[in-house]
Amino acid sequence: MTAAAEKKIVRPYGDTTGDGMVQVSFTLPVPHDKRAEGAAVQLANRMGIDPAMLVHARQMGDGFTFFVVYGRVNHLVDLAAVQVVERDFPLLSAKEVNTVVKQRLRRKLSVVGACIGTDAHTVGIDAILNVKGIAGEKGLEYYRELKVTNLGAQVSVPELVEAARREKADAVLVSQVVTQRDAHLHNTREMSAAFREAMPAGKRPLLIVGGPRFDETMTGELGVDRIFGRGTTPGEVASYLVHALITDKKARA
Amino acid sequence: MGEWGRGDGVTGKLDLDPVLVARARELARRAGQPVVDLARSHTTVSVERAVLRLAGVSGADPDGIPWVNRLVDAVVADVGLGHGVAVPVFDALAREQIADVTLLAQKAAAGSVRFQVPSGRAATAARRAARRAVGAGVRLIDRRRAERDRLVRRYGDPAQRPWIYLIVATGDIYEDIPQAQAAARAGADVIAVIRSTGQSLLDYVPEGATREGFAGTYATQENFRLMRAALDESSKELGRYVRLTNYASGLCMPEMATLAGLERLDMMLNDSMYGILFRDINPIRTFVDQRFSRQVHARAGIIINTGEDNYLTTADAVDEAHTVTVSQLLNEYFAHEAGLADWQLGLGHAFEINPDVPESLRLELAHALLARELFPDAPLKWMPPTKHMTGDVFRGNLLDGFFNLVGAMTGQGILLVGMMTEAVVTPWLSDRDIALQNVRYVLGAAGGLHEDFVPAPGGFIQQRANRVLGEAVELLERIGDQSLLTAIAEGTFGIMKRPADRGKGLAGVARHEGDYYNPATEILEGDRA
Repeated sequence: MTAAAEKKIVRPYGDTTGDGMVQVSFTLPVPHDKRAEGAAVQLANRMGIDPAMLVHARQMGDGFTFFVVYGRVNHLVDLAAVQVVERDFPLLSAKEVNTVVKQRLRRKLSVVGACIGTDAHTVGIDAILNVKGIAGEKGLEYYRELKVTNLGAQVSVPELVEAARREKADAVLVSQVVTQRDAHLHNTREMSAAFREAMPAGKRPLLIVGGPRFDETMTGELGVDRIFGRGTTPGEVASYLVHALITDKKARA
Repeated sequence: MGEWGRGDGVTGKLDLDPVLVARARELARRAGQPVVDLARSHTTVSVERAVLRLAGVSGADPDGIPWVNRLVDAVVADVGLGHGVAVPVFDALAREQIADVTLLAQKAAAGSVRFQVPSGRAATAARRAARRAVGAGVRLIDRRRAERDRLVRRYGDPAQRPWIYLIVATGDIYEDIPQAQAAARAGADVIAVIRSTGQSLLDYVPEGATREGFAGTYATQENFRLMRAALDESSKELGRYVRLTNYASGLCMPEMATLAGLERLDMMLNDSMYGILFRDINPIRTFVDQRFSRQVHARAGIIINTGEDNYLTTADAVDEAHTVTVSQLLNEYFAHEAGLADWQLGLGHAFEINPDVPESLRLELAHALLARELFPDAPLKWMPPTKHMTGDVFRGNLLDGFFNLVGAMTGQGILLVGMMTEAVVTPWLSDRDIALQNVRYVLGAAGGLHEDFVPAPGGFIQQRANRVLGEAVELLERIGDQSLLTAIAEGTFGIMKRPADRGKGLAGVARHEGDYYNPATEILEGDRA
C-alpha cells in the first residue's frame, strides 16, 4: 500500500494516531444498577467500541440512567468512499448576505411573500419571513438589506402580482401547506402563469414556492425557479436569493 | 413574595443617580401615556371574546372554531365592534328568552338571531345582565387566586432564589405531563409549556386536549387544566408549590390571560411590544390587547414575564443593552397602569453577550445588576444564552454555568434553565438533568454570593451600568419627542419598522363608540385598590 492510499483510511484520534478512541454518551430507560451498566457496555460494544470503558453512570428520575463511555472504535473510514450531497449554492450568514446585496446590488433586495388561494396556514411563510424565524435562525425580515413584504394568508394571485409590481419585487415567495386535491400544485401553476402573462421574462421576479409536500424537482413543471421542501431555513432561502439574483444569475431557470 | 431585591443588600451597589432614575421613569411614562390613551379608546375582537369567555361562553363548533369567535363575528356583522359585544349579546338574550350565552352563540352562528344596539330601558337591562354574567367569571378568577394562596401556604414557596424555571414542549399534552412532573421532581419550581409554532398568529384559541403541535403544545383551556392538575399532584408530593407558565401573547392575548386566570396558571409571558416587533402584529391591536390582558393578570395574581431577551437575540447585546432597559421601563409603566404590583413584574433580560468579547462576564454582571437595582421589588426573569450556543455542548455547558453564576451574584428572581443543546435538539432528558446539575452546583456553591458581591466604586461594572442607564435615558428622550408609536414605526426597537396602520390583526380593532360598554374593564378598573 502506498503512503497516499494509506492516508485515505482514517480512524478516530484520542491521543495517538490510530488509537481509534471515541467518547459517547446516552441514556437507557432503566434504573441504575449492575445490569444497567452491563447493558451500556453491551450497547457500546455493538456500536463497535471495544474495549468500552464505562466512566460515568447516573440515574435520572425513577427509570432512566445516563452513561458516558470512552473506548476504542474498530470501524475505519475510507475518505475516498465518502459521499456528500453538495448544495448548488453556498450557504451564507446573514452578515454575508447583507454585504453581497449592499456591495453588488447597491439597493435593498425586495422580497414579497404570501400564502395564496384559500390556504390560511401562514406557519411556513412566517417561519421564513418573520424576524422570529425558525429553529434559532432569524427570518428574512432580520436581514438589513432585504425589504420584506409579507402579505399573509389567502392572497389572490392578482393581488400578489400587483404587490410584486408595486414593491418592485426581486423575488416572490409563496407558501402552500394545504394539499387537498393538489391545491398546492394548481395554485402554484396559476401563480407562475399569471406572472408570465403580466411581466416580460427579463422583468419577472424570481418565483419560489415552499411547503412540506412539494417535490423539489418539479420546478419546470410548475413554472417556478425554485421549490423548497420541509425543514428549509430562512438562511437557506436568503443564500439562494443572493445566489440566483446576484452572484450567479445564470442559475435562474 | 415581594422584596426580591431588598433585604439582600443588593440595592445601592451601582451608585446610580436617583435623579437620572426618576427621569428615566418619567420619560417612560411620557412615552407610554399616548399608547394608554389609545388602548382606552379602542377595543379588539379578542378583548370582546375574552369578555364573552368571562360571561360563560365556552366550547367550539364542529370545525373547531370557538363559539366566542362565532358570536363576536355575528355581532360585528350586525352592529359592528365599536359598541362592544356585551350589550348587543345580552340584549339578544333577553329578546330571544335564552338563558345560556353559549346557546345564543350557536343560534347566532346559524343565522337565527339578529343583534342590535338597544337604547333606553333595554340598554340599561342589557348592561346590568352583562355585568352580572361577567362578574361571575371574575369571581371565578378570584376563587382561583385564593386557591393558589392557600396552596402556597400549604406547600410553600421554593427554598431558594432564583426560582428554577424549566421548559417542556413535546406537542402532546399527555407527554408533557409526565415530563413536567419529572422536571418538578428534579428541582424545577416553574414549568413553562411552550406553545406550538404559529399559535400566536391564530385569531382563535383552539379547544380541548391536544396531542399534535409543531415544536410546542397548543395552549388551550383544557391543556391548562390538565397540566395545572398534574402539577398540583407534584406540589403535594414535593412539598412546594410548583408554578405553571404559558403565553399571553399573539392575537389572542386577552383570551389567554382570561383562560390562565380561570385555570390558575401562575405566570404568563406578556410583553408589551414583542408581538409588534417579532410577529408583525398591528401595534394598536397589541397595545389594546395587552392592557386588557394585564388587567386580568393583575386580578388573577399572575406574574407576567416580559420579553426583553428577544431584543438581544436580534441585536448586539452590548451595543443595544440600553434598549432592554428602555423596554423594561416601558413594560413597568404599562404594567403599573394596568394594575399589576411590583411582585408581579418578571421583567426580562438575558445573558447574550458574545463570549469572545473581552470582559463579557463583567459586562453581563453590570447589565444584570442594573436591572436588579432599577427594579428592586420585581422578580426579574433571567434568560440563558441562546445566540452564542453553537452546538459545542461542552462550551455551552460552561457558558450556562457562568449564566447561572451571574444570576446568583445579582439576585435574579426567576432563572430560566439554559440547555447546552440549545440550537441542537429540543432538550433530552439527559440535557435537562445536566442543566439542572449545573444550576444546583452554582446555587449550592455561590447562592449567597450576592451578599459579598459589591462592585468597586467607580470601577468597570459601575461605569458600565451607569453608561447603559444614560443611553437608555437618551433613547427615551428621543422617543418622547416623537411618541412611542412613531418610534416603533421607524424601527427604534430592534431593526423592524412597524407602522400603526399595518400588521396582522388590524381588521379586528375598532375605536369605541360613544356608548361602548365593557363590563370586564369596568369591574377590573372599578375594583382596583
